[in-house]
Amino acid sequence: MAVAVSSSVCAAQNTPLISGGVGFFSATNGGQTLLTPTIVPVLAAPVGNHLLIESRASLFEFFSEKGAGQSGYDTSHFIGLSYLQGDIVASRHFTVVLGDYLLPFNTYNDRLAPIWISNFQDAPLIANLSLSSTGSGLGEMVSGNAIERKNYWIDYNAYYSTRSANEQFGASHGIGGRSALHLPKQQLELGLSYNRLLQGTHENFYGAHAWWEPKDTAFRLRSEYARGHHADGYWVEADYRTPAFGGLNSVVGRIEPVLRFQQTFRRDNAASDGLPGVNTQRVDFGLDYNLPHNTRILTSYARQFSATQDENVWETGIVYRFLFPAWKGKQP
Amino acid sequence: MNGKHLILGVLLLASACALTMAAQDNSTPAPKPAARDAHGKQPGKEDDQDEGQRIFKRRCSSCHNAPEGFSPRISGTVVRHMRVRANLSQHEEEALLRFFNP
Repeated sequence: MAVAVSSSVCAAQNTPLISGGVGFFSATNGGQTLLTPTIVPVLAAPVGNHLLIESRASLFEFFSEKGAGQSGYDTSHFIGLSYLQGDIVASRHFTVVLGDYLLPFNTYNDRLAPIWISNFQDAPLIANLSLSSTGSGLGEMVSGNAIERKNYWIDYNAYYSTRSANEQFGASHGIGGRSALHLPKQQLELGLSYNRLLQGTHENFYGAHAWWEPKDTAFRLRSEYARGHHADGYWVEADYRTPAFGGLNSVVGRIEPVLRFQQTFRRDNAASDGLPGVNTQRVDFGLDYNLPHNTRILTSYARQFSATQDENVWETGIVYRFLFPAWKGKQP
Repeated sequence: MNGKHLILGVLLLASACALTMAAQDNSTPAPKPAARDAHGKQPGKEDDQDEGQRIFKRRCSSCHNAPEGFSPRISGTVVRHMRVRANLSQHEEEALLRFFNP
């Protein structure tokens, strides 16, 4: 048994990989259309047995429809690193992350944001609350499983970030962390997040998330709540694929209806925190299709209600996810 | 209602269904299970696969769909990446490696 385990583990090779997604998105918001071809590559390169270097970049080209009766599109582009970090796996309970890392506040920023993962093109309205403008911190983070039992486990992330105005590695001075309780039998995850800015007004941010995936179903329910000093809000998202017509990889099983409801509440306008300036409600209806070969089509319609303006948002996109060795490596 | 988006969405979904059917017709058959004992089980390996599959569903596919196959050359890198991203334990890391390299 031990020989079998060790031989199959040895068969796995640690060749660096390139992954990520390439996509084309179209969004019409309040009558204005925005086209966005996108490439988001990820590099992961192990060094020795305990170190992993990883990075994600984003390349966007924006074609926005000219307004005021003019025809044609204005163009702009964005190229930047989302993160660049070194992960040192120190022990079974302890991983040290150094560099520019995604802030672990709630779940969207570091788990759901990549274009090949998210069910909708748009991030939730509260996604930027507490994350400054970059969504990343610069410094160190520790993470791992604090407690592991058969019926539950608790994981954690705790970080310290220094202030940086660097174009690629911008970050705010702050501390924070996240901890989550996982109940595998109930397929439930419950977590809390905290972030404190140590610059400017030293604002505190609080977050909570709950994920539920009923056993033996392809139904997922995810939700988050975030609260800052000037505003708060939540979102709830459900998606489902039916295995009833030939399994999840049948023509019907690949269809994925998605529903998201969200609200934000503004207490004052004393600070710009990324949330809408007035109380806002929004409901998104999506119909995604999971094609073979790691390709996904995202379509959605959203209606957004606020005191200033009600809006319709129509979105369509296609995403291809790639994953391959960065070079040939050894034959296993 | 935005007619352009509706038409584009319908076209994309119709194309997706057609491509799926075509891909299923031309897809390579799933790998045959390894030889099993008189009870239809392959002791050890099957348990490993079940455990790995359970961990994959619990820790990986709660966030993202499973990628449709990748080179065994990068399976170790994939698992180490997931260990950091999803706070996998050492046991889960080893079970996933066995799952990816049966």
